[in-house]
Amino acid sequence: MPAWLRGLVPVLIAIAVLAVLQLLLGHLPFFVYLASIVGVNVILAVSLNIVNGMTGQFSIGHAGFMAVGAYTAGKLSFLLKDVAIAGLPAVVSDQVQFLGTLLAGGAAAAICGFIVGLPSLRLRGDYLAIVTLGFGEIIRVIVQNMEVFGRALGLSGIPQTSSLFAVWFCVFLVVLVARRIVGSTHGRSLWAIREDEVAAEAMGVNTTGYKVRAFVISSFFAGVAGGLFAHFVPIINPGSFTFVKSIEVVVMVVLGGLGSTTGAIVAAVILTLLPEALRTLFLQLGGLGAGVSLAQKVDQIRMPVYGILLVVLMLVRPQGLFGTREVWDLLPRWIPRARKGLT
Amino acid sequence: MSDFAQHLINGVAAGTIYALVALGYTMVYGVLKLINFAHGDVMMVGTFLGYGVAQKLGYEHQSSLWGVLAIFLAAMAACAVMGFLMERFAYRPLRDKPRLTALITAIGISFTLSYGFQLDFGPLPGAAPRAFPEIIAPREWLIIGDRAVVIWNWQVISLAIAIGLMLILQALVYRTRFGRAMRAVSFDHRTAALMGIPVDRIIALTFMLGSALAAGAGILYAIKDTAIQPLMGLYVGLKAFVAAVIGGIGNVPGAVVGGLLLGLVEEFVVGYSSSSWRDAVAFGFLIVVLLVRPGGLFGRVAAEKV
Repeated sequence: MPAWLRGLVPVLIAIAVLAVLQLLLGHLPFFVYLASIVGVNVILAVSLNIVNGMTGQFSIGHAGFMAVGAYTAGKLSFLLKDVAIAGLPAVVSDQVQFLGTLLAGGAAAAICGFIVGLPSLRLRGDYLAIVTLGFGEIIRVIVQNMEVFGRALGLSGIPQTSSLFAVWFCVFLVVLVARRIVGSTHGRSLWAIREDEVAAEAMGVNTTGYKVRAFVISSFFAGVAGGLFAHFVPIINPGSFTFVKSIEVVVMVVLGGLGSTTGAIVAAVILTLLPEALRTLFLQLGGLGAGVSLAQKVDQIRMPVYGILLVVLMLVRPQGLFGTREVWDLLPRWIPRARKGLT
Repeated sequence: MSDFAQHLINGVAAGTIYALVALGYTMVYGVLKLINFAHGDVMMVGTFLGYGVAQKLGYEHQSSLWGVLAIFLAAMAACAVMGFLMERFAYRPLRDKPRLTALITAIGISFTLSYGFQLDFGPLPGAAPRAFPEIIAPREWLIIGDRAVVIWNWQVISLAIAIGLMLILQALVYRTRFGRAMRAVSFDHRTAALMGIPVDRIIALTFMLGSALAAGAGILYAIKDTAIQPLMGLYVGLKAFVAAVIGGIGNVPGAVVGGLLLGLVEEFVVGYSSSSWRDAVAFGFLIVVLLVRPGGLFGRVAAEKV
């Protein structure tokens, strides 16, 4: 098999599997919604892991980039709602536009990531964390003050062109990119920066360059996640992209293990589904009256639980569930595994 | 012109609160090199404790001097204990771990407190904002012109307390044995331990002092703003951190100057444009300061040792 074809095999398999899933499950609205929320959170966690895990820079402003993507893509789709590309059936035209707006959202977020990254990545550790938080908040405040973006009310009436296939294909892409980065020269440089920035620089790694690139890739995917989000929720407003959302993603990455892509995926899935499952459970169990109030409690109690989770994790298992390992590193020895990347 | 003067006064009043919270931030950062993200939430807890005491005393609009003192002291003592527990059980075990571990813990504590206080079972207050009793009856202290500029008594009291505390802390850090020990721990805690300084005790005491200051600042904040709610600590805390960085983190007078400066800048931007920009201003200011002068106005930039 020629090399270029071998690289495409996983993509083709993913497309086939996702197409089948889309045909089988695409008509169940609640399932698709839940799967889309999970998917968006997985994209956010995996992309944040490129910066926080692999490069060891602590960013807590991911929601800001998500907001840029969501608003750019959402507004574009809204403007293009009544436009159809000539010569294409309506469905195809819609999907092409959707793809275009996603890319635009990602690109806008990547540009913001570059603008944020270039100066602030000169800072280290906790200062960088606070500055990324500050940028995230500034982005939100700017959006909130712009008439085109509907101010505090947000945008509604964005065409709901997202699908199970679209979300999870993006999930597949971000995982593929993250894994390919780990195995490459890029990944080794990022890892060197994570372990010891001064030493990495001494070994000739262009630390600022690599950090900015990691930041740009990460914010691109955050933007794509935002774009997807805008196309399956009825309304987007600045309240969806606060500091709290950023911390939620940080919790996922830290729980999964800073530096573990599969860890980020597992943590994102657990932390998204668990509250949903508890809520549904309480609604089923407790009849209507008590059930509803218990289900509301789940929402309330989510954030303090995240907080306690962070503290306990840091005290008991600071490396998270998987540390820097991937899920398949934990399988029994006799199972053949993928070529080893970095450990 | 009177507009300008009134903004100036309001800015100083807002800045005073930031300055008080920033004092605690800067002291903890000074000895531990830790951004205690939960500092603002300690302030929130202190405010709620003060609220609870005021309720017990039956204060609504009136109060006595002893009552006010009791409110302050109770809240400050309780927060000092809380600061001690936080340091002992959350930060001390992580002291020799990478600094990010402690930062993540601090974020965790902050979330636990601010969102935990939003729950409404047991003694927890719930998310609804409530009115803090007027324990210092608001009176015009000075009126200029035809009520064009008004200075309130609590503005003067807050500013006096902030400056007084700054002087006391400055003396504490530079004139006492405790302060000398603090500076030694800040410089190099391992060597300080070898010189016979009880490092753990110094750090715990610094935490308690910082937390008590936060509680006091919280009550002053509540007197100014009257509405208190569990999430108030998040933003005030972040802005106080910004103030501490502007002044040069670890520097006591710097924290006060930074706080006043931040309060003024925010007030003028809000006064002459729109209040929705308020949060962006503080962070924008922070970013500019960090990029142009990373050590803050009065701080020194330490070269990294390998």
